[in-house]
Amino acid sequence: MKGRRKSTTVAVLLLIAAFTGSVLALHQVDTIRGKQATLEEVLYIPSGKTLKRLSLGYSSLLADIYWTRAVQYFGQKHQQEALHYEMLDPLLDITTDLDPHLIIAYEFGSIFLSQPAPAGAGQPEKAAALVEKGIRANPTYWRLYFTLGYIHYFDRKDYKAAREAFQKGSEMPGAYFWMKVMAAEMAQRAGENSFATEIWSHLYESTQDAMVKDNARQHLTALSMEREIEEIQRRVETFRQRTNRLPAGWYDLVRAGLLQGVPVDPLNNPLKLMPDGTIQVADPAKIPFLTKGLPPGWKRPVKHQ
Amino acid sequence: MSSRLAAITFNTFREAVRDRVLYNLIIFVLLLVASAPLFGQISIGLEKLILVNVGLTSISIFGIIIAIFIGIGLVSKEIEKKTLYTILSRPVRRWEFITGKYLGLVLTLVVNAVFMTIGFFVALFIATRTFTRDDAGLLLAIYFIILQFFIVTAITLLFSSFSSPIFSAVFAFALFVIGTFAEDLRNFAALAQGVTKWLATGAAWLVPNFSALNVISQVAHGDPIRPQLVLFNTVYALLYSVAAMAVAVLIFERRNLK
Repeated sequence: MKGRRKSTTVAVLLLIAAFTGSVLALHQVDTIRGKQATLEEVLYIPSGKTLKRLSLGYSSLLADIYWTRAVQYFGQKHQQEALHYEMLDPLLDITTDLDPHLIIAYEFGSIFLSQPAPAGAGQPEKAAALVEKGIRANPTYWRLYFTLGYIHYFDRKDYKAAREAFQKGSEMPGAYFWMKVMAAEMAQRAGENSFATEIWSHLYESTQDAMVKDNARQHLTALSMEREIEEIQRRVETFRQRTNRLPAGWYDLVRAGLLQGVPVDPLNNPLKLMPDGTIQVADPAKIPFLTKGLPPGWKRPVKHQ
Repeated sequence: MSSRLAAITFNTFREAVRDRVLYNLIIFVLLLVASAPLFGQISIGLEKLILVNVGLTSISIFGIIIAIFIGIGLVSKEIEKKTLYTILSRPVRRWEFITGKYLGLVLTLVVNAVFMTIGFFVALFIATRTFTRDDAGLLLAIYFIILQFFIVTAITLLFSSFSSPIFSAVFAFALFVIGTFAEDLRNFAALAQGVTKWLATGAAWLVPNFSALNVISQVAHGDPIRPQLVLFNTVYALLYSVAAMAVAVLIFERRNLK
């Protein structure tokens, strides 16, 4: 009985010491290998098709695992505001090779790929190729045409290809009516702020994903701010034409009846009226995707490469 | 004490070596490794890569199968044949019995791995007609595979200390599969929030991490393995095995064998 008690005590102590030690050792292993060691395995995989053959029929499950890895990889890089997303494309390619009908991988994966860094990988050509691969596997799914049109429109600035994608998508069963409208209006309104707002609004209203919704909201905020800056800029010009001088401050415009008060940005910070009559936002880093009202030569700060 | 432990260890080793299933598996692995050059011939320019991948993966998978299928019977067979009562009626402690069984099976697996490694290197030499400095990395990959055997054997014995052979095999194999995705589980924990985060983090540290012990892809491509990784992987595998064996001893000490 005494012997058993001694063995139990030794075993309990060994368990505590060995388990604690193993966690500490594993922590060191993680530090040596790096956080993305598992994801880097994709660099050794010749192709997703080979992996599919090796998956013994469990390719859908493996595709889910690779999709989760792609999301984790994107999430970590996005958080770091990284400029390079080398493994995103191979991860998405393997995912969609394993399960060609995993629509979410084409829809969101292509948006991760297409947006300019640091918001995304800045690889619109690869993003378009990914969606085209999705369309080949799922030819009647209209949302993929919308995503393709979106990439051609915003990131590739290929309005003709965007129009064709919207047009084809509008012919698919279940397509929303505005796909046809967008295809029709593309020729006249391509490049306009209001047209971009329309596309983002459709995306905001139609998506169920919180991340995509938030991204669309940020774009809509930036577009709205840009419209406001353009309008105020016109009023500054009106003031200059009336008085033959630039306004010294916002109160000149208010006194002239051109403004109701000091204009503010979406964060409620007053806009800055510069001596040369241009308008700038107070803290451009806090308004993602804004392309107007930025200090000359200003670049979005980057945390990590 | 050490002589009793050594006696159980070598007895377990002898019994395992006599097991026909074991020989079948070894022959199968050797055949697989020997046929690898044929795979190479139908994959132009990838002969060595395919041979290394097939060879090392075979050594790993078959070693794990051996560890699980022999490990599950180590305790139950002794109870079934009633030899356990004879052993424990002598001055042999229960912890000595279970530890001896563990060491015996580990010894069997190491000897198996050595034979498989010889067969693998013979096949490699037949295919390439030469050895390069990078081939030393292959030995490191096999060393890591042996570390995996340490952990798999420990968890198999842990399950077989309280469960039936079938369930022990299922549990051990399931834990092996989960362990190969341990890093995905940790990444998931890092992105989760609230209670899920705590649960996932706890589970991620609790399950054995086999992904860090799998460097087959790296060595197949000639990428170097850092010495610190060898050190900490060794420390991790040994400590995790000790922890699992400590739990097995605690359970087996309290098990009613009547």
